[in-house]
Amino acid sequence: MIRKFICGAGALGASMFAATTAFAQEAAETVTEAVAEVAAPVAEVAAAVPNPGNNAWMMTATILVLMMILPGLALFYGGLSRSKNMLSTMTQVGAAAALAMLIWVMWGYSMAFGPNTSEGFIGNFVSSGALFLSSVTPDSTAATFSDEVISEYVFISFQMTFAAITAALVLGATVERMKFSAVMVFTAIWLTIVYFPIAHMVWAGGGLLFKLGALDFAGGTVVHINAGVSALVAAIMLGKRKGYPSEPMPPHSLTLTMVGTGLLWVGWFGFNAGSELEADGFAGLAMINTFVATAGAALAWMAMEKLSGHKGSALGYCSGIIAGLVAVTPAAGNSGPFGAIVLGVVASMVCYFMVAKLKPKFGYDDSLDAFGIHGVGGIVGAIGTGVVYQPLFGGPGDGSVGTAAQVWIQIQAVGVSIVWAAVGTAIAITIAKLVTGLRVSAEVEHDGLDIGEHGERAYN
Amino acid sequence: MKFIIAIIKPFKLDEVREALGAVGIAGMTVSEVKGFGRQKGQTEIYRGAEYSTNMLPKVKLEIATSDELAAQVVETIQQTGGTDSIGDGKIFVFDLASATRIRTGETGDTAL
Repeated sequence: MIRKFICGAGALGASMFAATTAFAQEAAETVTEAVAEVAAPVAEVAAAVPNPGNNAWMMTATILVLMMILPGLALFYGGLSRSKNMLSTMTQVGAAAALAMLIWVMWGYSMAFGPNTSEGFIGNFVSSGALFLSSVTPDSTAATFSDEVISEYVFISFQMTFAAITAALVLGATVERMKFSAVMVFTAIWLTIVYFPIAHMVWAGGGLLFKLGALDFAGGTVVHINAGVSALVAAIMLGKRKGYPSEPMPPHSLTLTMVGTGLLWVGWFGFNAGSELEADGFAGLAMINTFVATAGAALAWMAMEKLSGHKGSALGYCSGIIAGLVAVTPAAGNSGPFGAIVLGVVASMVCYFMVAKLKPKFGYDDSLDAFGIHGVGGIVGAIGTGVVYQPLFGGPGDGSVGTAAQVWIQIQAVGVSIVWAAVGTAIAITIAKLVTGLRVSAEVEHDGLDIGEHGERAYN
Repeated sequence: MKFIIAIIKPFKLDEVREALGAVGIAGMTVSEVKGFGRQKGQTEIYRGAEYSTNMLPKVKLEIATSDELAAQVVETIQQTGGTDSIGDGKIFVFDLASATRIRTGETGDTAL
């Protein structure tokens, strides 16, 4: 059932007010005369009713993705930073995610999944309508991939956590030197001009890459390539940390990084299996793939270390897990379990090579390897999905699009995302620089951002 | 009286302490220290970024002893503290001018 609100004022702010107030009214079943706007159901359509099982699973999946951000990503990134920047790193992750949630309900959902999709050129990139969730009610629904539906509020919440974690992921490349205020300005602009359009392009019915036939089950392109490339551009524009790479900057607590890795892995089942939007067999497929691709990748990274003449390390294990999770994200429901294992192993090996061998040669300071793992792993995963999707390799595809053709579609989608993310990030960083300045002072950077930016220490 | 400083590998501490107790050493001062010699440092690697640490952890023993026991102490540490590899440490012996037990004011060998 779709309801429309008639807003007397018509302004955006009033629209949000109306939506919120009207909801409160319905929930409490009370009417106060002070509210001028009237909620009037104008269209009654016999629509599908959400299956409570699917709704319950999607609510669970949504909370699992939240757990990936806080405490998962915060601990993972925090442990990798130096002890003087622990709180700064974790707070930036948390605050960027919180800001993303607010922006999502104001205009993000509208831009990515709004009900009004124009047929023309612009419809490829953004949608409109439902600003401030104005058209959403407890009865409204979102389509899944079958004839089922889930409650629209649940879908909005689920997608909201994706926007939030992607914004937070980017910051892995910029920690230990970027101002908190600059992070906030950058996040707001970046979500608006980079994340929402790419999410629309890949996932919304009228989106450019959706129409192209690109496979991205849970966001390998939207989340990981997008975040990784944006992280690289942001890190280059921001400059290196003082002392990098001559001074040692070892992780201050691999214990916490390991804890964060575990939380990310568990949460990722919400991310990947939840992306089926139903509790069905494909969610199960995404689940098994999220186990085995990750397991393969974790051991592959350690094997690469050993083959390079080093010791298999705890950080290598954690890095392999993240690389595998990233790579299996686009393939989660688009691959058989053994295709997923191969994908995880290959992505892990490529990411190891990128992070341990190539990055030092380029000299940019992607502090926590947001690009090296999310960007590179995402690209390997997105392109590899075109291969493992095929029935020949045990994938669930019907073979109607050949391997080469599907891979070419995947490459095009990757290319569009890379260009869009790079250009958009350059704009967002430039604006943040003009508004707040990008970097903390040399003194704050030396003393640590915990005390300099937040007035606290992580450890006393 | 002699004052003996020995730098040994940390995992050898218990063994050396027991052996010294057996030859009649009733007390010593133990510190965790860092340093380097021929063994140099060790390398830590985080995602391919190598950090070589110049200093290695060692344990420093400080023992005051009578002249008669000194040679035996040195021999005991040398025999129990060694692993036949570089980085086993060093033993230094000094002449000790005086020793005083704070509680009683005793001096010389009786204060040890």
